[in-house]
Amino acid sequence: MGYPHKSHPRETAVLSKHFGDPDARSLDGWKKRGGYRALEQALASQPAQLVDTVKQSGLRGRGGAGFPTGMKWSFMKPGDGKPHYLCCNADESEPGTFKDREIMRWTPHALVEGCAVGAYAIGAETAYIYIRGEFDEPIRRMEAAVAEAYAAGLLGANAMGSGKRVDVHVHKGAGAYICGEETALMNSLEGKRGNPRIKPPFPAVSGLFSQPTTINNVETLAAVPHILNNGAEWYKAMSLSNPKSTGTKLFSVCGNVARPGNYEVVMGFPFKDFLYDLCGGPPAGRKFKAIIPGGSSVPIQTMEEAEATLMDYEGFVAQGTQLGSGGVIIFDDAQSMPRMIARLARFYAHESCAQCTQCREGTAWTTKILERIVDGQGTFEDLDTLLSIAENMTGKTICVLSDSCAAPVVSGLQKFRHEFEALITGKRTSKVAVAGGAAFAGAATP
Amino acid sequence: MTAPAMVNLTIEGRPVSVPAGTSILEAAKAAGVLIPHYCYHPGLPVAGVCRMCLVDVEKAPKLMPSCATTVAEGQVVRVHDDKSLEARKGVLEMLLINHPLDCPICDQSGECELQDYTFQEGRADSRYREPKRFNPVEDFGGDVLYVPNRCILCTRCVRFMDDVQQESALCVAERGDRAVIAKAPDADLTQAWAGNVVDLCPVGALLSKDFLNKARAWELDRAPSICTGCSQGCNVTLETRDNAVVRIKPRGNPDVNAFFICDEGRLNYRWMNRQDRCLAPTAAGTECHWDAAVAAAASALNGKRAHIVANASLGNEAFFLLGVLAKKTGGSVRFTVPQGPEALLPGVEDLALRADRAANAYGAELLGASRADDPYRGLGAGDTLVLVDVDPASVPAGALAAAGRVVYLGTVVAAGVKAAAVLPIANIAEHDGTVTNLRGHVQRYFQARPAPGHARPAWSAVADLLIALKGEANFLTAADAFAAMAKAHAAFAGMTFDQLGTRGAAAAGATAGAGR
Amino acid sequence: MSAHGTAPYEAVFVGKRKADLDAILLRYPNKQAALLPALWIVQEVQGWVSEEGMAEVAKCLDLTPAYVKGVVTFYTMYHQHPVGKHFIQVCTTSPCLCAGADKVTEAFLKHTGCNELGVTSPDGKYTVIEVECLGACGFATPVQINADTIENVTADKVPQILAGLK
Repeated sequence: MGYPHKSHPRETAVLSKHFGDPDARSLDGWKKRGGYRALEQALASQPAQLVDTVKQSGLRGRGGAGFPTGMKWSFMKPGDGKPHYLCCNADESEPGTFKDREIMRWTPHALVEGCAVGAYAIGAETAYIYIRGEFDEPIRRMEAAVAEAYAAGLLGANAMGSGKRVDVHVHKGAGAYICGEETALMNSLEGKRGNPRIKPPFPAVSGLFSQPTTINNVETLAAVPHILNNGAEWYKAMSLSNPKSTGTKLFSVCGNVARPGNYEVVMGFPFKDFLYDLCGGPPAGRKFKAIIPGGSSVPIQTMEEAEATLMDYEGFVAQGTQLGSGGVIIFDDAQSMPRMIARLARFYAHESCAQCTQCREGTAWTTKILERIVDGQGTFEDLDTLLSIAENMTGKTICVLSDSCAAPVVSGLQKFRHEFEALITGKRTSKVAVAGGAAFAGAATP
Repeated sequence: MTAPAMVNLTIEGRPVSVPAGTSILEAAKAAGVLIPHYCYHPGLPVAGVCRMCLVDVEKAPKLMPSCATTVAEGQVVRVHDDKSLEARKGVLEMLLINHPLDCPICDQSGECELQDYTFQEGRADSRYREPKRFNPVEDFGGDVLYVPNRCILCTRCVRFMDDVQQESALCVAERGDRAVIAKAPDADLTQAWAGNVVDLCPVGALLSKDFLNKARAWELDRAPSICTGCSQGCNVTLETRDNAVVRIKPRGNPDVNAFFICDEGRLNYRWMNRQDRCLAPTAAGTECHWDAAVAAAASALNGKRAHIVANASLGNEAFFLLGVLAKKTGGSVRFTVPQGPEALLPGVEDLALRADRAANAYGAELLGASRADDPYRGLGAGDTLVLVDVDPASVPAGALAAAGRVVYLGTVVAAGVKAAAVLPIANIAEHDGTVTNLRGHVQRYFQARPAPGHARPAWSAVADLLIALKGEANFLTAADAFAAMAKAHAAFAGMTFDQLGTRGAAAAGATAGAGR
Repeated sequence: MSAHGTAPYEAVFVGKRKADLDAILLRYPNKQAALLPALWIVQEVQGWVSEEGMAEVAKCLDLTPAYVKGVVTFYTMYHQHPVGKHFIQVCTTSPCLCAGADKVTEAFLKHTGCNELGVTSPDGKYTVIEVECLGACGFATPVQINADTIENVTADKVPQILAGLK
C-alpha cells in the first residue's frame, strides 16, 4: 500500500505498510495484520525486559532530538511509589512534517498498542496521547480506536486479561506549535498555557502532574510493537550507515517536488536517491534549489550538501543540518529564499509562547526586518542586524523555538545571501503577498 | 535541625560559601556581586523568563540562568565577562524595541530597573527601525494602573497573585509579542494585598493610582519606618517630598512581612500630613513657652492620680515613661485598640492585616498598660485625665466632665478639650522610636521629616513632665529612653537601638516567626 | 460583559454536557487538566468562547476567570469572537506558500465576499484566516473548514468547495 502514492520499491514499509488501507483502521483489521500480539507478549513479561529490548534495538526518538528511547525509559525508576505517566507527543506541528498524522489516520491501533506497551514498560498506568487540535481526522480515528480497545478489554483495569491496568486517553490540543515541546505539552495537558518549563527537573523526575513522566513521539511508540514482534536484532540490522542510527524512518516530503508525501526508508539511505528516485525529483521544468530536511527548525541545505547526505542522525549533522522531525521541505529555483524565510520567521513569531525576552521580541523583530527586505525596503545594515539578533536568540532561552527561528535566517543568509542583496539593491522584485500587520493579527485571532 | 551542607564556589573571582540548593544569583548577592535580573524576585517562585541573569558557568556549554541554576562545589561563575555582558545587552535591546521610552513622563523613572541597567550596560542606540507595538492603558482596579507598552512580561505580578495572594486575578494573555498582562472583566485588583504588584513591577508598567504623577523618584526622601495600620508591624519606607509623606513602600524583613504590605497600610498615610496640627504648648488655654506648659501640666498632676489614655500605636519609649508616670501618681495607663477585618496573605507564613488596628498594643501591655474597651471607665472625680495622642473627638464628654483636670499631649489641635496644659507631640513620621508587634518583635522607626511647630516626641514630653514632678528621666535621645526601658523591663533586657538596626529583634519570651 | 450581542448567557454545563464533563474529569488526577476539553465543549456549543464562557468554565473547575483567560488566549483555536458559520483556515506557512497558498487565500477572500482576513462576510457565513502549518504539507494547500481538512486545494477549486458547503 502507500498514501498518497504506492510504496516505492526502495522503501522499507514497516510503519507505513498499511497507509491507504482503510481496513487496517478497525480493531479486527488491525488484529488480522498482527496487531496487539506485541501488547499481549509485553504484558506477560517484565517491564525491565521491554526496556532492554528497546535499548538493544537502537531505537531513537523520532520527534526531533533523537534521544535513545530505551535509555529514556530506563530513567523511570520502578517502585518509587509515585504514579508514572506516559505522554505520547502527537502535537505534530513542525512545518514540513506530516508523518504522525498519517500513522494516526491509517493505523490508529498501532499507536494505541505502542502507547500501552510503552506505559507498561515505564511502570505507568496511564498514557495520554496529546494530539494537536487541528488534526480533526486523526483525533477522530484515535478516539475510535481507543474506544474499540476499551470495549474489547485491551485497555483498562485488566488489560488483555493480564490483571494490569493500562489506560490510554486522547487529549486534544487547541492550536499552539510550542506544545510539541515536551514540557510545554505537559503544561498544556495540565490545563495551563503551553509554556516550556525550565529543566532541570527533567520529566523523568518531575513531569506531568509533577510525577515521573516519559514522553515519546508517535512514530517512536508506533515502532515499539514491531520491535517486540520481530526482535531487537531485526530492527538494529536495518541500517545502511552507522550503528547509532537504526530502523526505518518516515520522511515527509513537501514543497516543490514531483511527488510529495511520506516515504519510509532505512536509516542511512542516500538523500540524493531519495530526492530524485523516490520523490521524483523537481516539478517539470524546474530545478531544486534548497532543502530544509528536518522540519523548518533545522538549517537550510544547498543542493550540494543535500545530495551528499546520508539520511540518518549523524549524516544530516555531517552536512550542516539535522535529521530533526524528518520533514523535508524542498524549494525550487522559482522560489525566493528571502520570502520563504520571512514566512518561516513569521511562523515562529506567531508561535512564540512569550516567556523569554529574546524569543518574544526577537522572532517578531526578525520577521519585521525580513518582510521589509522582501518588500524592497531593506538595507545592508539589516543583514548584519539579522545575524546579530539571531546570535542573541540562539542558546539563551528556555526552549529552542527561538533558536529554530534563527537557524533558517542564519543558514539562509550564509547560503543565499545574494538573494537578499538582490532585493536590497533592487535588482529583483519579490513580494510577500500576505505580509503586514493586519494579516498577522488576523492569523493570530479571528 | 542540621545545618545544610555548605557549597564553595567562585563568583567573579570572589570565593563564597553558601548552603546547598542556593541559586547562583543569591550566592552572588552573598559574594557582593549583583547579577542584573528582572523576573527573579526572592519572594516569588522562579520563572527564569527574562533571561537577563544569564551568566557564564565554567564547563557549561551555554550561558546559564543564574536564578534557576543551583550552586555546585567548585563552580566558577563569571558575571561581567564579555559573553554574559553581550547577552545582557541583547536582552536590554530587545526589551526596549517596543518600549515607548517615555521616561520623562513615567512615574517609575529614577527607580526603574530597565532604566538602571540600560544606563549601566545597555546599548547607547537602538537598531530597531520598525513600528512599535501599542496597547492602551488599563485600570486594573484597586490602586493599580497598567501601562502595557512599558511592560516587559517578567510575570512577577502574575506570580504574586497566583502564589502569594493565591487568587489568580492576573494572567498573561495572548502570546508572542502580542502578549500582555490581563485580568478578567468585573474582577478588579481589590484583594487586600494586591497593591504589592506595583512594587514588584521592575518597570513603569504597573503604577499606583494613588501616587500617579505626584512626584519624581529622585525628589523623594526616604526613612525606614513601621506601618501603624495594624499589630503586624510591617516594615515600610516613608517617602516624603517637601516634608509631606507622599508614599509608603514595603521594606523587606524576613522576620515580619517578607517583602510586602497590605493595601490598607500602603494607603494609610494621609493622616500624617494633617493640617490641623497642634503646634504650640498652652497653659490654661493660652499659648506659652514649652517649660511653662510642662509646669502647668505638672501642677495639674501634682498629688493627683493620673488616668492616662494613650494611643495604642505610640512607641515603646512613650509607654515606658507613661508607665513611670502612672506609677509615680498611683494611676494607670489604658488604651483601646480599633478593630477591623483580618486579611491573610496566604503565601507568607503568619502575615496578615490583623484585626487589631494599632501598632503597639503588645508593647504597651509588656510595659504595664492595660487594654480596655472603655479606657475612661474608672476615671475618678479627683483624677487628672492625661490624653496622649488620642483623637479629641473620640473622648466622651462625660469623661471630660468627670475628670478633675485634663492634660493633653496631642498631634492635632485639642478641639473641644479644655485642658490645663497642652503639649504638642510629633507623629510617627517625625521622631525615632520603637514598637513591638503582635509576635513580640521589637522594631525601630526613624524620623522621616521634622516635627511641626513646637511638637516633640511623646516620650520626650512625658520625660519633661517626670522631671517636673521630681522624677529621673533625663534622656537626650529615644535611644537613651530605650536603654532605660531595657534596664527596667526584662522583656527588653539587653536590647539597644544599634542592635535592633532596621530589622528589629524578638522581645524575651516572644513567639518569633511572623513573616517567615 | 462581552461586546457581542445582548442575549443573556446560557450555561453550557447542564444536563448531558455536565455529565460529559464529569466523565472527562475522571481521566485526570485534577480538575484543571480538564480545562482544554471543557473549553472545546463551550466552543462547540456556543461557537466561540466568551468571557462568560470562561467564567463558567472557571467555576466548574475551581479556577479563576483570569486564569482561564490566560489559557484561552494562548491557544489560537479558541475563538475569542464569534466567527462565520464556515470558518475557513488556509495554511500559508512556507511549505504551502511555495506551493501557491497565497493564491488560495486570495481566492477564498474573493469568493466568500470576506475581502479581509479575520473579518466575517456580511452574510455571516464565512470567516477566512491564514493559519500556521496545519501539518499536511504534502497535500498543499490544505484548508480546514470547521472540522474538516480539505487537501490539495488550488485557487481554481475554491468556488466548487464553497458551493459544496451547507
